[in-house]
Amino acid sequence: MRWPLTPRQEQAIVRLLLLFLTALSIFILAFIIFFILRHGLPVLSWEFLVRNPREMGKEGGIFSTIIGTIVLIILALTLATPLGVGTAIFLTEYTPEGRLTRIIRFGSECLAGIPSIIFGLFGFILFVTKLKFGWSILSGSLTLAFMILPTIIRTSEEAIKFVPQAYREVSFSLGGTKWQTVSRVVLPSALPGIATGVILSIGRSIGETAAVIFTAGSALRIPDSLFSSTRTMSVHFYILAREGISLSKAYGTAAVLLISILSVNIFTYYLMNRFLRKYS
Amino acid sequence: MRGKENREKLIQLFLLTIALSAISILALISIFIFTEGLPIMFRHGFKKFLFSLDWYPSEGYFGLLPMIIGSLLVTAGAMVIGVPLGLAGAIYLTQFSSKKVRNLVKPMIELLAGIPSVVYGFIGVVILVPFVRENFGGPGFSVFTASIILGIMILPTILSISIDSLMALPPSYREGSIALGATQWQTVRMVLLPAARSGIIASLILGLGRAVGETMAVIMIAGNATALPRSILDPVRTLTSNIALEMGYVSGEHRQALFATGVILFIIIMILNTMANLTSKRMAS
Amino acid sequence: MEREIVIRVRDFSYYLGSQPILKKITLDVFRHEILSIIGPAGSGKSSFLRCLNRLNEIRAEARISGTIEINGHNIYSPEVSLTELRRKVGMVFALPVPLPRSIFENVAFGLRMAGIKDKKLIEERVIDSLKKVALWDEVKERLNSSALKLSGGQQQRLCIARVLAMRPEFILLDEPCSGLDPVSTMKIEESLMDLKKEYTIILVTNNTKQAARVSDRTAFFLSGELIEIDRTDRIFTAPQDKRTNDYISGRFG
Repeated sequence: MRWPLTPRQEQAIVRLLLLFLTALSIFILAFIIFFILRHGLPVLSWEFLVRNPREMGKEGGIFSTIIGTIVLIILALTLATPLGVGTAIFLTEYTPEGRLTRIIRFGSECLAGIPSIIFGLFGFILFVTKLKFGWSILSGSLTLAFMILPTIIRTSEEAIKFVPQAYREVSFSLGGTKWQTVSRVVLPSALPGIATGVILSIGRSIGETAAVIFTAGSALRIPDSLFSSTRTMSVHFYILAREGISLSKAYGTAAVLLISILSVNIFTYYLMNRFLRKYS
Repeated sequence: MRGKENREKLIQLFLLTIALSAISILALISIFIFTEGLPIMFRHGFKKFLFSLDWYPSEGYFGLLPMIIGSLLVTAGAMVIGVPLGLAGAIYLTQFSSKKVRNLVKPMIELLAGIPSVVYGFIGVVILVPFVRENFGGPGFSVFTASIILGIMILPTILSISIDSLMALPPSYREGSIALGATQWQTVRMVLLPAARSGIIASLILGLGRAVGETMAVIMIAGNATALPRSILDPVRTLTSNIALEMGYVSGEHRQALFATGVILFIIIMILNTMANLTSKRMAS
Repeated sequence: MEREIVIRVRDFSYYLGSQPILKKITLDVFRHEILSIIGPAGSGKSSFLRCLNRLNEIRAEARISGTIEINGHNIYSPEVSLTELRRKVGMVFALPVPLPRSIFENVAFGLRMAGIKDKKLIEERVIDSLKKVALWDEVKERLNSSALKLSGGQQQRLCIARVLAMRPEFILLDEPCSGLDPVSTMKIEESLMDLKKEYTIILVTNNTKQAARVSDRTAFFLSGELIEIDRTDRIFTAPQDKRTNDYISGRFG
């Protein structure tokens, strides 16, 4: 090939290079999953899932951390979902675009960009120390709720905007009040889209570590009250790996983490596609 | 009937209160981080925090410069890895691959964005750290290692948003250019990339924000030394890891110093957020 | 022929922002007639319809001048309840908009929003309304299946039934047949002829032939102004205004 290259030759080379880089990206990401599953799946067993950890996690399973994760996420969603959906309803149905909506959206976007360690720091100072909740499920779920709020706001807003305007007109024209229109027509139609956001934030919460470890703590017992400290799967995995407690248990926990997150995300994807297809 | 209208008013008020939650939480977070972190910065002087190299918090030395540099280094490194990969993927998938491939690969990569950071860190520890140690020297826990892992972590963000902004361009741009006899690559380089610029920049800033804010993965692979690294194979500590590493056990001034670290991190992130916000605004208009 | 005036519009103007959409409209609507409103796109005929049940206001604050009185009451006076007004003045839209619910629940929807709990009453009204639009025989076996599964024409008749269930006095129809085939259109027109015995109907249509077929009187709107209103036969045989003549003879629009 002679220099300078013709545009055709240049294109051929670039194309090859781009293909290589794209394939590399896919390979790396797929490899991570493969690697974790390859080492983690052999560790998995029914026992691993339903037995509590013993000797700091060196022996036994991860049952209490699964419970911890689930409890924390359910509580966080219980708080964040009404707040997020309410905000989205207000933004889309109750107020015209203007300064107020801009401020609210800006706040939500900023919140979305704040790193989880800052949430951890904040949750620690406010909930754990100032409000004296201690390292507890309460502190952890409040912090987590704040963290996932922007995701729920954004996805709910998009879902609500997808509901055909004609539905609202029908409801109003039949004598519906605004709230009747929202609660009986808009929300039911937007529900699958809203669910997408909620499930998406479940996926994010399962993997969250920095914000949780400083607020919910890392106790290995099964929690018995809102004020018990608990350890989530991701925190458990982090501690196992970082303190070199047990590599095989770490792989096993990582596999459970990955499988649960990926299935949640795949489910979200499925749900979102169905929702979009329905309205377009 | 009046009762019904009052109820509607009440609901509106209630929703307004809820809608203010996000901005209130943001305010609450800023207030707490700043009231915990600023006093100690005032007491010892900002200069000492920002420009001193010594971090011996138990003895009253609070120099955050090594961590600031550490954050900058790994973030820059992450961009060096993540940006070319992400952009190349976005360009290939939107311009050169079939729709079928794109519709398969894009969601796949977005799914992978859900891999938790601890898992990335772990992969770094068990694969990359020993690999770097054996092939390049040094302890393996290093700027280099952290950059690679962070680069991979921000890849899905960059890829996915860049694809969206390239796909959002009207097809006429591309058709017009091709009709003038340009090759696809020339079209990409001279027409499409400039046109999708602000979306792509927004994706880079978001990736940047994610890299700066990442904590657990970095702790696991960067080595966390508070000394300035002399090469990219030396260990380094970032602002985020500085907070996370010492939060568990400290109190008093030392803890306040961690909040001061949080203040600096918070400011950096807010600047990035605002920039991303402004670019995407420009994209919208 | 002296007839009772039920809607009295006087010098009514409507603005969107500073843009006048309707300019000084003055007209009367008689009890139990079908009044057609015809005119080219953008003539303000749909906006006029939406001013009669104040549906214009769900997107933006309405700026108006002049008055609209329904049964002697100004519907723009501050003490008017929008929900009551809209129950009295039902509306059918251009494209059928069945809500994603069952056939039964679609028709019962307005009643439920009005707070009616009596199951028997709701059922009676639903059946009665479906019969009035000649849909009952087609759907009585599948009242609980989704309304989205009905054909376009059936959906539109369902939408009319949904309005009838509210027992309104007026029915506003905004180009109700624009998306339908001729057979479905014919069925709807037949229903309208039936319905005018009990209701006052205002029909906005861009199909002048439809106006000629079904309505007692016809109004011609152009660029937000009422050009002419008269008995339908006169509008179509001897219009007073040249623009009316041009429009109905197909010169523009």
